Amino acid sequence: MTDRAQRPAIEGWLVSDPARPRLLGTRCTACGTYYFPPQSSACRNPDCRSRSFEQVELSERGRVWSVTSAGYAPPPPYIAPDPYVPFTLVAVELERERMVVLGQAVSGTQPRDLRVGDEVELAIETLCTIDGEDHLIWKWRPVAAGAKTSDEVTSSTEAGA
Amino acid sequence: MSGVAGQAADGRGVVVLGAGMHPWGKWGRNFVEYGLVAAQAAIDDAGIDWRDVQFVAGAATVRNGYPGYVAGSTFAQALGWTGAQISTSYAACASGSQAVNSARAMILAGLCEVALVVGSDTTPKGFLKPADGERWDDTDWLRFRLLGMTNPAYFGLYARRRMDLYGATEADFAQVKVKNAAHGLGNPYARYRKACTVEDVLASPMVADPLRLLQICATSDGAAALVLCSEAYARRVAGARPAVRLTGLATTTPTFPQTTIEMPEFATDSAAALAPPARGFKESIADEAYRQAGVGPEDLSVAEVYDLSSALELDWYEQIGLCEPGGAEALVRDGVTALGGRVPVNPSGGLACFGEAVPAQAIAQVCELTWQLRGEAGDRQVAGARVGMSINQGLFGHGSAVILTR
Repeated sequence: MTDRAQRPAIEGWLVSDPARPRLLGTRCTACGTYYFPPQSSACRNPDCRSRSFEQVELSERGRVWSVTSAGYAPPPPYIAPDPYVPFTLVAVELERERMVVLGQAVSGTQPRDLRVGDEVELAIETLCTIDGEDHLIWKWRPVAAGAKTSDEVTSSTEAGA
Repeated sequence: MSGVAGQAADGRGVVVLGAGMHPWGKWGRNFVEYGLVAAQAAIDDAGIDWRDVQFVAGAATVRNGYPGYVAGSTFAQALGWTGAQISTSYAACASGSQAVNSARAMILAGLCEVALVVGSDTTPKGFLKPADGERWDDTDWLRFRLLGMTNPAYFGLYARRRMDLYGATEADFAQVKVKNAAHGLGNPYARYRKACTVEDVLASPMVADPLRLLQICATSDGAAALVLCSEAYARRVAGARPAVRLTGLATTTPTFPQTTIEMPEFATDSAAALAPPARGFKESIADEAYRQAGVGPEDLSVAEVYDLSSALELDWYEQIGLCEPGGAEALVRDGVTALGGRVPVNPSGGLACFGEAVPAQAIAQVCELTWQLRGEAGDRQVAGARVGMSINQGLFGHGSAVILTR
């Protein structure tokens, strides 16, 4: 990280401390349904009429549901660096919450580094810098033991083709 | 209402009397122009006069200012105000079929005998993106801002999951594009009429791994229109042409908890409190259309499915019941879904050859099925087509399926 001023890219969705990254959700106090992004207006379980929620920290580890990449710069309002560097996106299954949460993978992760079922954990990185201030976002980082190298994945793909 | 829609013996079913389109392309003109061409083609195809139309259902476009938000009125004015009843529907990619459903409901309720449905769009270049401005409470705006999550990125997730779960290959996905490109070669309404090879597809730039540029549908200008009428009206005007009936139309919402990540969400519903439904969202759209029409997947002669990406077409094979999960790759490898196969899928060329003109697309799917069931589809005709399904899906829990029978 740098000496620049830092702030979460959005308020109330994450703990942006790189030493202790967390996603903030809500949980219905009546039926136990989790929500991310956090919402506290009304429970969406059609059998539950609760309007009572508690803030919760979501699981900081999960397993890859799937993975893809952004080969071209996404359009605004995404703030893309110039020159553009493609990044990887991951959908992650959280076991306790029984939900899938999206996020970018940490910088340098290639989509073929990850496979469905691999373990990943939360991390914090800079999404963009606006007026000299770093806007921090949650990302998913491969857990070393579960990750394969690009070479291994490439060779297994070719073997299956 | 099992089996009643379109099949009632009391003459209160719904018949597709006319179909018309404006060719898809990137014409850069006002969307009303295209809609007018499609509407007049559908009216002429029906063999009626504009003054005969009692109800106009427009499918809205959100990219063309106020006239697009009030599309029903816009098209009625362009055709010349006659005092007809109007409605406008917006439902993302299902806008066209919701407009069809408005017309069907009016006819089934006995509130009108003949209705016109029109959808048209003029689209910008590149990724579909949210409107300008900062909207920190709009999920669709936030997914671009915080994740850079475009629509093709969601398609990429689905495609990659097929590879890891079912052993699908990039060549399988490319084969879908090759098939659809071959289907659309002779379709005068298609934008892209060029054959391609698996090698061409795999040489195009990566957009959303494992999907490449030639596997992701473009955005297009285009318009489609239908004339729907009651059975009794059709008997009076239709002559000897075989009657094509609209026997099923579903606009089903997801069922909580929806456990597949869908545009534009950051997360799925949580299944911590309630188990996921036995049938997923897209399966349930098809189920409802089958139920209304009183047919099943085994009855299909032809299908038009929403191939926003080549790999998504394979998901649809399973979701409409052509095979079990994991079986779709075999269908495309064996030519089952190519013209000449057991169940041709996207004989029009699909979105691969059209690109997407959002409010027109679901209507265009029904136009193609109408021509297929009449035997008027030329060199892309599915021999002896009697039952056709179209199905699509869009943002925010929208989806639709239509079944036509003859």
